[in-house]
Amino acid sequence: MEQTVVKFYQTGTFTVGNRLLEPDQRSVQANTQRNNSLNSGHRACQGCGEALGARYAIDAAMQATNGQLIAANATGCLEVFSTPYPETSWQMPWIHSLFGNTAAVATGIAAAMRVKGRSDVRVVAQGGDGGTTDIGFGCLSGMFERNDDVLYICYDNEAYMNTGVQRSSATPPAARTATTMPVGPQPGNVFGQGKNLPQIAMAHEIPYVATATVADLRDLEYKVTKAMSMRGARYIHIFVPCPLGWGAASHDTIRLARLATESGFFPVFEAERGEVTGVSRIRHQVPIEDYLKPQKRFAHLFGAKPDIETIARLQAIADRNIRRYGLLDEAAPTAAQNRFKRLRDPLGDRAAYPATNVGVE
Amino acid sequence: MERSRMFQVRIHGRGGQGVVTGAEMLSIAAFEGGRHAQAFPSFGSERTGAPVVAFCRMDDKEIRLREPIMEPDALIIQDPTLLHQVDVFSGLKKDGYILINTTRTFEQLGLGEFVKWFKPEHLLTVPATELAMKHVHRPVPNVPLLGAFAALGGLISLEAVQAAIRQKFHGAVALGNMAAAREAYEIVMEQEKQAEAHHA
Amino acid sequence: MLEQCEGSHAVARAVALSRPEVICAYPISPQTHIVEGLGEMVKSGELACCEFINVESEFAALSVAIGASAAGARAYTATASQGLLFMAEAVYNASGLGLPIVMTVANRAIGAPINIWNDHTDSMSMRDAGWIQIFAETNQEALDLHIQAFRMAEELSLPVMVCMDGFILTHAYERIDIPEPEQVDRYLPPYEPRQVLDPNDPVTIGAMVGPEAFTEVRYLAHAKQMQALDLLPELAAEFKQVFGRDSGGLVKPYRLEDAETIVIALGSVLGTIKDTVDEMREQGIKIGVLGITSFRPFPIEAIRAVTEHAKRIVVIEKCFAVGIGGIVSRDVRSAVQSRPQQVFAVVAGLGGRAITKASLHKMLLEAIDDKLELLTFLDLDWGIVNRVLEREKQQRRSGPVAEGILRDIGTVSSKIG
Repeated sequence: MEQTVVKFYQTGTFTVGNRLLEPDQRSVQANTQRNNSLNSGHRACQGCGEALGARYAIDAAMQATNGQLIAANATGCLEVFSTPYPETSWQMPWIHSLFGNTAAVATGIAAAMRVKGRSDVRVVAQGGDGGTTDIGFGCLSGMFERNDDVLYICYDNEAYMNTGVQRSSATPPAARTATTMPVGPQPGNVFGQGKNLPQIAMAHEIPYVATATVADLRDLEYKVTKAMSMRGARYIHIFVPCPLGWGAASHDTIRLARLATESGFFPVFEAERGEVTGVSRIRHQVPIEDYLKPQKRFAHLFGAKPDIETIARLQAIADRNIRRYGLLDEAAPTAAQNRFKRLRDPLGDRAAYPATNVGVE
Repeated sequence: MERSRMFQVRIHGRGGQGVVTGAEMLSIAAFEGGRHAQAFPSFGSERTGAPVVAFCRMDDKEIRLREPIMEPDALIIQDPTLLHQVDVFSGLKKDGYILINTTRTFEQLGLGEFVKWFKPEHLLTVPATELAMKHVHRPVPNVPLLGAFAALGGLISLEAVQAAIRQKFHGAVALGNMAAAREAYEIVMEQEKQAEAHHA
Repeated sequence: MLEQCEGSHAVARAVALSRPEVICAYPISPQTHIVEGLGEMVKSGELACCEFINVESEFAALSVAIGASAAGARAYTATASQGLLFMAEAVYNASGLGLPIVMTVANRAIGAPINIWNDHTDSMSMRDAGWIQIFAETNQEALDLHIQAFRMAEELSLPVMVCMDGFILTHAYERIDIPEPEQVDRYLPPYEPRQVLDPNDPVTIGAMVGPEAFTEVRYLAHAKQMQALDLLPELAAEFKQVFGRDSGGLVKPYRLEDAETIVIALGSVLGTIKDTVDEMREQGIKIGVLGITSFRPFPIEAIRAVTEHAKRIVVIEKCFAVGIGGIVSRDVRSAVQSRPQQVFAVVAGLGGRAITKASLHKMLLEAIDDKLELLTFLDLDWGIVNRVLEREKQQRRSGPVAEGILRDIGTVSSKIG
């Protein structure tokens, strides 16, 4: 009789949903005791990267703080789809004030906790790229400068999505948005110098700055957990594809995030007090076209007469990131290595991850 | 000097000479004497060296009036260079008091004609800047002028001026200012005595 | 205890006595001395259990207060003029969310042209935002109203704007009775929030409200202000019991009993008006004053009640609505609309121009003589205005208006008052 070898891939891997691992090796989301801080029933689009990122980030933060967490949220997609009157998805104390003041509101909450002697209660502020890099920039910088004890999370889908996909200072060059249409001599968004919020955050010399994507959710959880083990101003910039706004298939959200990372277009790294301490190395570099092609917002670069020059300029941006952060550099410290070091636990002496260096290499 | 009605003092000087602080201290001195007092600056753009005006009202009852002092009972002029630049005498009451920070006389300042009909004991000069330099080593004449003002009698006492000085200044500066105020007081008392003798 | 001190200092002491927990402020003339005083008190430890946060803009200042208040802390900030406008979005947000923040507005004109001196344009620009707006007549009242403000804000769950004339009050030295901490503690209990961000009892604050419920939510804001019409006099009465003096309430009548002419105003100008009115009474003129302390909610019934017998009402206001006329007078007119009384709007004191007894006296005699226009700009220099209008008629490139006028006037510094 023939024997069929059945391979069990689930057991022993560190995919984010694996519940067959030891309890202390599971991701926060895999934990049946997770908070579900952003509960189901919200009105996000099919395949929304922001909903995915927020769920992972806030549950990780809740775990790290033993549920003693208050959130301030900017106006935007996350706020709108999570609190459709008369319902709310949030299973934690949450306030939405205005579009541009989230960092300041968070500062106020942190001050209130301080004055009431509740140092165990932590504060997270969250907003999209519009509310962070544009209208919220002043308040964000003020919070950084004061080193207020706030973790600010930016969900970057690279445009003002909630109001109909208008361009923000985080919109990549050449991308189509409602205010940067693919017409005229320079179709799509202009090639400016960009507005690199993670670099700007690092320039403020705050304790912790990191970028992450929804393609590596373990890494995202690790960074949030690490951030919550520190005090002072911290900033995490999460790359979250938006199927509707980018003109991508809703099942491509995670794949697009991975392509952005593997092309070098979105560098994933962490830094402390202005110095890079770890990067996520590119495993299999892909050309920028692989990342651009699945998105209709870049469709005008392709077709019968591809815009080779613009594509080359975009590739150059990716190449520069690779150079700047050592994304292909064997010697650069990796985020994965950092991740699996013992983490300082603010509430006790408990390692979040095992000490052995096992990763998804 | 009447005590029952409001007495209004206008102080002229330049930015940096402590005009506003002087008005404030005058009000504190009046308060120390149990009176109501109101002090406030004229609200112009203030720059060091630019003309500045401050006001102080004193009364035995609550002061409700808020307008600038248009008809002062007394003028304190901290900087004689203002005399021919700014209309410092505008609205001065007939027989009002004029106290000028100077080493010169009214005649030498070119005011002889103007003050012809004023009572001599209402016209006072005191070398306030020199006194300030001597006791505090800074050319800020406001405090000696307050000591001089106390010598007019009936409005604020020298003790009250000293109390106001102690509220605003500390340590050696306070002591120096108190000495400057006392010396200015004595100078003016002497002038008053002489004027009265002349009158008699 | 009696002290001779600056108005700003009195306000700082009042706020400190009210046990604030979070103070956040951005400097702007003429509020600076208030927050400097509080900052020093916190830094030295004199004001304990209080966080003082130096923020990067007025928008941030009120936003920090919003966060702190929502998290259960007693929050305070102060601003004026341009700063109030810069935080305008947050002003509406705070009242919409029902957060009991107390904010001092050191009344100052709004540019352009830039002007740092007193008038009521700033508070008036936010009169519809849903904040309670109370105006202090003296520095003593400014101190008293701040203590009352925390109480009324927290009882109603509404933010309160305490308005005091910039420079005229903030920078004036006056005799002030500073209360004892025990008195304030008796009057002002610790903050008990109606809603609070608490991990042990999570709530969502600031959800989007659609057409189904927005009208109701907004009406409730109005209803709360209507509650204030009853609450403010109660709080003032209780204040008198504890502190021994009259402060606050809705309106302040003065010599109204048989007045044929009633002068209405807000803020420090009431003092000058009362002196003027006393002089006119000595001449046998039947004239009285009604000070409005609570501008929002607007005390319609209280105003109606004391003005019934008057022939005419003259409203002196330090603000106006461009394109239509007076602001306060409009509200007064609507309060007495069913009566045959004439309500005159006298716009005065804009940008810090002094309001003198002499000018008031002259204008009031004109009113009594039926010679006053319904809308008057007190002490307006028609010569300047006409010169500008003529210049603009003559040439297209007539230059910036303000600069042209200043050139016409000559140097300002040599004038008095």
